[in-house]
Amino acid sequence: MGLRLVLVTGRTLEQAAGMHKGKCSEEYRAAVSRGEIAPENLAALSLAEGGAALLRTEHGTAEVRLFSADLPAGLLFLPLGPFANTLVGDETEGTGMPSFKGIPVEVELL
Amino acid sequence: MTERTEHVTCTFCGCLCDDITVEHEDGRISSVSRACPNGRAHFLDYAPAPRLPRIRGEEASWEEALAEATRILNAARSPLLYGLSSASTEAIRKAVSLADRLGAFVDSTSSVCHGPTGLAMQAVGEPTCTLGEVRSRADLLLFWGCNPAASHPRHFARYSTTAKGRFVPEGRKGRTVIFVDVRLTPGARSADLFLRVDPGCDFEVLTTLRALVREKPLREQEGVCLGGVSLGVLRDVATRLKSCRYGVAFMGMGLTMTRGRDVNVAELFRLVAELNTYTRFSVIPMRGHGNVTGADQVLTWQSGFPFAVSYARGYPRYGPGEFTAVDLLRRGDADAALILASDPAAHFPSRAAARLASIPTVVLDPEESLTARGATVWLPTGKAGIDVPGSAYRMDGVPLRLRPFLAPRRPSDEEILGRLLEEVTP
Ligand code: SF4
Repeated sequence: MGLRLVLVTGRTLEQAAGMHKGKCSEEYRAAVSRGEIAPENLAALSLAEGGAALLRTEHGTAEVRLFSADLPAGLLFLPLGPFANTLVGDETEGTGMPSFKGIPVEVELL
Repeated sequence: MTERTEHVTCTFCGCLCDDITVEHEDGRISSVSRACPNGRAHFLDYAPAPRLPRIRGEEASWEEALAEATRILNAARSPLLYGLSSASTEAIRKAVSLADRLGAFVDSTSSVCHGPTGLAMQAVGEPTCTLGEVRSRADLLLFWGCNPAASHPRHFARYSTTAKGRFVPEGRKGRTVIFVDVRLTPGARSADLFLRVDPGCDFEVLTTLRALVREKPLREQEGVCLGGVSLGVLRDVATRLKSCRYGVAFMGMGLTMTRGRDVNVAELFRLVAELNTYTRFSVIPMRGHGNVTGADQVLTWQSGFPFAVSYARGYPRYGPGEFTAVDLLRRGDADAALILASDPAAHFPSRAAARLASIPTVVLDPEESLTARGATVWLPTGKAGIDVPGSAYRMDGVPLRLRPFLAPRRPSDEEILGRLLEEVTP
């Protein structure tokens, strides 16, 4: 049983820069697979900075690297991109907009 | 010989900065000044040399590619036209005409961005102003669920927090800046006040703020925190909002992409409308793509609705959640797609992207995006504002004419869509 957090996706400058270099570039891959969590959550996982973890939502899974950041405990931030996309569902509750923020996610060690 | 062009407009984001200086030599851009990192890359990473279209990955002539695109659109029973928001206003106009002629669905990137904002506007109205007014007059800025430091890097300096304006000559010192978000973003660090809201609790916080602004008696309960913010802090914010001279709220995906979506945005718009009882207050959505505001404008003036439009019955019908791209793909309702200047393969939830990959697609894009790579037909067009003309709407709804500085060597989206419009059978 992994750690249960809430996933929030969003834009970062690194993600945008990587996007310009092309979405198949190593830079883009590194930028969009960089997850951030609170230091106490990282410690609870006994994970070193940049350690690999598997994220699982009801929609899919993604392998990312996790770093500590100034975030409240319980939150996981992941930049928009192909890794976040596998974790987001395509239900829009009648609005056209999928839930890109506030998705329950489970973090497992690899 | 190096040529220098001033007052070029960057169309990467909704700020549409029109003070960029570009140096170019033999049709290649060599340097860009004043732009932010996103804007610089927008110019420098574009190779304006003509390229041949591709059919299923193989190079083809423009005639062959247009014939194949026409065949795909004619063969489809319910095609989807999607994207629009990085194209010029003129190209968007052609795309909507094409959707009308084909009896197609037409939807813009708004649906996965500020679509819920559109729904809120329709529900409660939008008390708004221009960015010029923000710069000249605003002494209180409220940023809710947006991260301009990453998505609109020059917003602060050109229009909002640090800009020096006519009635705010002291710039940042003359403005109170409040950020509300679930995390302390880089921009929020420079705020006078940062409210950390629990994820998914924006509506609760907004409703409470509205009640406090209207001086409804609220009972303080020991230790109870509303959506992560104490009533005391919210009381202070309500007082600041009411007592400013000219307040402006900016809102982003933090409201539209979380639980509640349009209901969150409508609550913020209501708060802003009510604040006008006490002072002057406006709201501007932080629109992402350079001309996404134009996409909403054109669709509204041509069909009556800002996004999620179906022409299947011969007249426009509006259906957010029904005619929006992600929903059409989820249900398998679109059997072909024309994508204009956007990259849904990279930005849609994976299941919707996989659906898109399973139907024939015609992609008009200056760059070989992920969507272009997987396209049945990719048409490499020019970039509005660099080598092809056109206009775009800034995030505050102000239209700007773009000033291309390179001689056109690629066809424009407008031209290609015009050709398709002539070729397809209704
Ligand atoms: S803020 Fe936006 S419009 Fe201005 S230079 Fe940067 S990307 Fe371009």
